[in-house]
Amino acid sequence: MAAQPRLAALSERARAEIDRLAGLYEHRQSALLPALFVAQDEAGYLTPEALGAVAGALALPVQDVVSVASFYHLLHLEPVGRHVVQVCTNISCMLNGCGAVVERLQERLGASPGETTPDGRFTLRTAECLAACEEAPVLIIDEDRWPRVTPDGVDALLARYR
Amino acid sequence: MPESILLRWVKDGGIHELEAYRRAGGYEAARRVAEGMPPESVIDLLVQSGLRGKGGAGFPTGQKWKFIPRSAPVKYVVVNADEGEPGTFKDRALIEGCPHLLVEGIIIAALTIGAHKAYIYLRKEFYKGRRLLDAAIAQARSAGMVGDRIFGTDRSVEIVVHSGAGAYIAGEESALLESLEGRRALPRLRPPFPAQAGLYQQPTLLQNVETLCHVPAVINLGPERYQELGPPALFSISGSVVRPGVYELPLGTSLRSMIFEHAGGLRPGRRFKAAFPGGSSSALVTEADLDVRMDYDTLRQAGSMLGSAAVIVMDDAADIVEVIARTVEFYRDESCGKCTPCREGTIWITQVFDRLMARRGRTEDLALLESIAAGMTGTCFCPLGESVPPSLVASLRHFRGEYEHYVADGSAHAH
Repeated sequence: MAAQPRLAALSERARAEIDRLAGLYEHRQSALLPALFVAQDEAGYLTPEALGAVAGALALPVQDVVSVASFYHLLHLEPVGRHVVQVCTNISCMLNGCGAVVERLQERLGASPGETTPDGRFTLRTAECLAACEEAPVLIIDEDRWPRVTPDGVDALLARYR
Repeated sequence: MPESILLRWVKDGGIHELEAYRRAGGYEAARRVAEGMPPESVIDLLVQSGLRGKGGAGFPTGQKWKFIPRSAPVKYVVVNADEGEPGTFKDRALIEGCPHLLVEGIIIAALTIGAHKAYIYLRKEFYKGRRLLDAAIAQARSAGMVGDRIFGTDRSVEIVVHSGAGAYIAGEESALLESLEGRRALPRLRPPFPAQAGLYQQPTLLQNVETLCHVPAVINLGPERYQELGPPALFSISGSVVRPGVYELPLGTSLRSMIFEHAGGLRPGRRFKAAFPGGSSSALVTEADLDVRMDYDTLRQAGSMLGSAAVIVMDDAADIVEVIARTVEFYRDESCGKCTPCREGTIWITQVFDRLMARRGRTEDLALLESIAAGMTGTCFCPLGESVPPSLVASLRHFRGEYEHYVADGSAHAH
């Protein structure tokens, strides 16, 4: 079967998970975003092989899958660090000093927003409003939200993520 | 302070366990509906309550439920939990505080319109909310309130949580449906509206999280009592206030009372300058508007809107030009690119702001901003692009001096 080599880019478990997800919807294509996260979580980012495997698993043209993946901020078509730091820079966070937090992060990481540290540990990004303005300035590292971050708190925060 | 309807479930760490929720009266409204309360009665209560959509558009909820064709064989409930309007965090607070409240609202909505399936389109960044919702749905399923034959009846309601992938535009209802179908989140042409042809082209009731969380209270209390209690609304208050947070206050509470009585006022020595009353899409209001009633109609008459009831407060330390520049950058980055006024207009405006901030602004730039804003007004395909002109135009009207300061190569900071 022609599709087999492409599917091999994902583990048996990932493919089973994508199948389970597809079953939650009346149309399998609805499982595309969740399936892309399954692939991304396994491969670290959406490699061409992973995109092809997701396309194969959901019987979609690979160019459609690439088009969709490229639209969303949290799907990565390029390698990212082991930890992704997303700093909210919208109005409430700006009014509460996120600028100084971003500066300190840049200084400590030696990376500007959008860049990854040379050791591959962190990717720094600015984020759209994270819907946590009562905790401004706020940032998310991987799946953890950190409230009321100060420039002086940056070192201790980064130390938690190896 | 009036009795709290929504925040009572969220305060002191919230209620996450099914048994605790039930002991406090949870799932009683859903049970009544499941055990035979006629759909017309539920809808009548909603109409009489005056409940309006809390996502930003403020459409009357009862009327929306009425629009769903009774005879259609397949229908859906879709919950917009893609909270992203800058300054808005009430939905996240509800989901993290009491996920069962949303689940109950969904069950009532599905039973009333005759849908067997509901999808919650949840913002990807709500990782904690996702875990709590998954757990709440699992508990409700074990207790026979989600799934097949709920509440011992022959009716079934399935709930699926679907995480987004990072796109502000997916919060626009038709773009949300596109995204839920596995495509780019591009807004659809309307009509048809979701009530006629929504998810998979079937009739779909699309509601915001907070809206559904009001529904059990409307049924339990009855519309008169619900009205007497406000009617209650959640306001996300943030920015330069001492106690930012989600506040449940009667619709129509003044901005002054919100800031100075509830949110702890401003920091010492600071003076109020301006606020977004309904998220960054709403026109800025100033000191002259502090006593305006914060409700749909009064704010509209005042030239702004209640939107998602996200109040972002700025004191005299705020640089209005910088605030608006950041706001427009946000819309530029989040524009889906489908229509020209939004895609190009947001780029042009940020180019002018870049020039102003670099102290290379020209006198004619202010008129240029007004002209681009006029070109975007009423011409964009969806509300995203339309969100840019109101605050930009209001800032140019009320704080023109700060813009001129930038042009004149001064800083607009601290006078």
